[in-house]
Amino acid sequence: MQKIYSKIESIVGNVITVRANGIKNGELGLVSYRGGQSLANVIKLDGDVVSLQVFSGAQGISTGDQVRFLGVPMRVSYSPNLMGRVFDGTGRARDNGPVMDENLIEIGGPAVNPAKRIIPRNMIRTGLPMIDLFNTLVESQKLPIFSVSGEPYNELLARIAIQAEVDLIILGGMGLKYDDYLYFRDTLEESGAMSRTIMFIHTASDPTVECMLVPDMSLAVAERFALDGKKVLVLLTDMTNFADAMKEMAITMDQVPSNRGYPGDLYSSLAARYEKAVDFEGAGSVTILGVTTMPGDDVTHPVPDNTGYITEGQYYLKGGRIEPFGSLSRLKQQVNAHTRDDHRALMDGMIKLYASYKESLEKRSMGFMMTEWDEKLLKYGSLFERKMMDLSVNIPLEGALDLGWEILADCFEPAETGLRTDLIRSRWPKAID
Amino acid sequence: MANSMGRVTGVNGNMVTVEFDSAIAKNEVGYIHVAGERLKGEVIRIKGKEAALQVFEMTGGVAVGDRVEFTGEMLSVELGPGLLEQIYDGLQNPLPELAQQCGFFLQRGVYLKPIPDRSWAFTPTAKKGDVLAAGDTFGTVIEGLFTHQIMVPFDMVDGPWTVISIKKAGTYQVRETICTVTASDGRTKDLSMVFTWPVKQAIKLYEERLRPTETLVTKIRTIDTFLPVAKGGTYCTPGPFGAGKTVLQHLTSRNADVDIVIIAACGERAGEVVEVLKEFPELIDPRTGRSLMERTIIICNTSSMPVASREASVYTAVTIAEYYRQMGLDILLLADSTSRWAQAMREMSGRLEEIPGEEAFPAYLESRIAEFYERAGKVRLKDGKIGSVTIGGTVSPAGGNFEEPVTQATLKVVGAFHGLSRERSDARKYPAIDPLTSWSKYGGVIDAKRVEEVRAIVFASNEINQMMKVVGEEGTSIEDYITYQKGELIDAFYLQQNSFDPVDASVPVERQRYIFDQLYAMLGTQYSFEEKSDVRSFFYQVRQHFLDWNNTAFLDDEFKAIEAKIKDLIATKERRVG
Repeated sequence: MQKIYSKIESIVGNVITVRANGIKNGELGLVSYRGGQSLANVIKLDGDVVSLQVFSGAQGISTGDQVRFLGVPMRVSYSPNLMGRVFDGTGRARDNGPVMDENLIEIGGPAVNPAKRIIPRNMIRTGLPMIDLFNTLVESQKLPIFSVSGEPYNELLARIAIQAEVDLIILGGMGLKYDDYLYFRDTLEESGAMSRTIMFIHTASDPTVECMLVPDMSLAVAERFALDGKKVLVLLTDMTNFADAMKEMAITMDQVPSNRGYPGDLYSSLAARYEKAVDFEGAGSVTILGVTTMPGDDVTHPVPDNTGYITEGQYYLKGGRIEPFGSLSRLKQQVNAHTRDDHRALMDGMIKLYASYKESLEKRSMGFMMTEWDEKLLKYGSLFERKMMDLSVNIPLEGALDLGWEILADCFEPAETGLRTDLIRSRWPKAID
Repeated sequence: MANSMGRVTGVNGNMVTVEFDSAIAKNEVGYIHVAGERLKGEVIRIKGKEAALQVFEMTGGVAVGDRVEFTGEMLSVELGPGLLEQIYDGLQNPLPELAQQCGFFLQRGVYLKPIPDRSWAFTPTAKKGDVLAAGDTFGTVIEGLFTHQIMVPFDMVDGPWTVISIKKAGTYQVRETICTVTASDGRTKDLSMVFTWPVKQAIKLYEERLRPTETLVTKIRTIDTFLPVAKGGTYCTPGPFGAGKTVLQHLTSRNADVDIVIIAACGERAGEVVEVLKEFPELIDPRTGRSLMERTIIICNTSSMPVASREASVYTAVTIAEYYRQMGLDILLLADSTSRWAQAMREMSGRLEEIPGEEAFPAYLESRIAEFYERAGKVRLKDGKIGSVTIGGTVSPAGGNFEEPVTQATLKVVGAFHGLSRERSDARKYPAIDPLTSWSKYGGVIDAKRVEEVRAIVFASNEINQMMKVVGEEGTSIEDYITYQKGELIDAFYLQQNSFDPVDASVPVERQRYIFDQLYAMLGTQYSFEEKSDVRSFFYQVRQHFLDWNNTAFLDDEFKAIEAKIKDLIATKERRVG
């Protein structure tokens, strides 16, 4: 029989304490109060004083309200029926669909044994040339999109959700504007991608504690699908909100802040989530693409900084485009040798020319004379930005490579590209004299 | 005396408070019994009847009242033949065996024997009646490339011990008794090939510590020539993310001129460890002609594994290093990254509600870092052999800013500083060790006076470059412009190294000396130029030849042909005296 405790001793922030015996660390409690019921989980034990963080916030909870301990940790339902569904941070349906409470699995499970990991080997096609061609996303990779508020990072994630060649998309939204949530839902529904998508959405108006659960819920489900052989892509937006929720919790719990108010375990907490990205030998994989907005466009801010140390590269989204400079997929070398013989060469060559274009732009803005070469570069740069960098472009890698050659042939003589002669012979789209 | 027992009284993250019944020691290991699992923890504070345990596992499910069993032993590692080629977690749990038993995930509470149960061909070196002390060798086994000395356990300092019986040469199980010794007061002890040693205590069974004077060759030019590391010395490699810390350490672990390399992957990406795990068995060590894995031990506690065992992992690694040093071997310990280790200390300190220091790191951060690096050293052992432990640690400073506590505390105690810079890595200048800010107190492979002269050119070149940004090329004298180009040449040809090129990836000392001589001669020559454009095109040509030179095999025909070309080219612009 589960015992009910009706003496709440303290309420600070979203944390309540009760006196109880035989309670396990991490266990769930159900708090009944005038606002209804809310789950809470045990985060600290001190003698018979049990601290719980209340998922829906402690607002309105009175000292006379009841807490019933459930004897189990936080869990999430796992079944194929989750596809196409939308849940909140605690796993309640957001879409008026049926309650999912069958086949419950624990969230925040143990780490993968490094000895069981394998070297990543498969690319994930997204149809975006700036990713596929220049910074290939690889199965089991964890990559953040570094951006700033106002940039179309959610539009980018939605495009990837629609176009990426994976079996399953799990979208974890943290602190999303309600409009953005609706945008995701509607866009995915219109495109037909919703049927292979599961969403765990915390909106900005929802209780903070639920925000902290979103990555764990999303990744626990992703991990199970991957073990069942599915190629899963987890999209998380925005991890800075997740970090801020942790900061809020840490301050409530009187933890000593380390850097700009963030708790000392920020790195470990972020790593525990990102490291869930894995390729299971003989089964599926989990790949993580997360958005990290940089407050004040400052990459040395604790959240992007710690993220950069954890992830395998980063995409910079600036001015509505994925920046070729600074963006890096550390794992691209593992796959881009086996796609097409011209992939690596074209990747390097086109970026070098784009860098020269930027120099010409600078020269022009300082009022220097434009040489014939500068004019060629300027033409190249604008074509490159329009045909390759625009986020609405959706072409497969091979198409993007062909397009690359076309752009080059449009602007330059073969020798001016700095590409290998044998590649030019076989790939140059115009007759070579 | 029976070991103490206890009951859990509180849980806060991975810190568990326990009420105990009889005497316990600080750093003693205790196991919490939770629903059929035993979770390992270490006593880190004792107050009255309550002890604080840092638990090396996730503490979900632990309840007040759970039984705790103390072991009376400090947190220790097992030492003996069979450590080489192993892949351990921070508590010396063998990960491949764990994977066989538990599958994909690290199941908590499973602790396997660190040293595999197998038999070894034992050759006794002591005989009945011999008098031995702790650390003395009484036999040997051949472990791969090395003669592994079987020693009297290091904690048996209450000797001397007389051998009563010792097994004949033959094959024995690693944990089987092979030697029995007795003390003058009649106590006897059975010895096997395996014993334990507490990780947080340095092994000091040597005659004396020596100054680290011999260069540890890494085959990386900028290190061996300009910023050398010494056998028995210490160095650190701080750098922002993406600057290539881990790649640099992997290169060092492949090429370093030592007997054994221990890689402590401490709180970093699991993927990076996997690369080592999968690549090293395939790579051939040019020194021995055998697989690189045969001289490697990996201690791997990656970022998503429990934080407390991350704290233990660097100690586990250094203890194993010290053990092999006792056999007169040279060991290199590479710790990546010490910042994650410091963060683990910070997390624990916060849970203990200690008064925080800078950036919430505990006040004892500096002394812990110093203690760790001081476990490096070159020693003369009691049998006259010389052994060394060299420690190289990466540091991951927040925001790439070296003014933070971990970097600063580390700089105080290391002998060489290889600072990686974002500017260099952004410009794809690898290794991204900043030649201007880095330093070393050790001697390198090339005459220090000449190295200083070349370094002076690098500094001067940088100053001129800064000035040129203001006054432009026109405002720079031709002499200054030549110096600037010389600096650029040194950087492109000597400081940068292409780790993907089969020849350039590792440059032996002989070759470093040879090409340094050519470079030195080139830099010391007096030139006559009419115009700056001449200077530029001349240096571009020289650079091209030098770069081609870096990709050709040492002293083969092409190598010599390029050398001749360089000499001819230099002669065309050499200023004739008189």
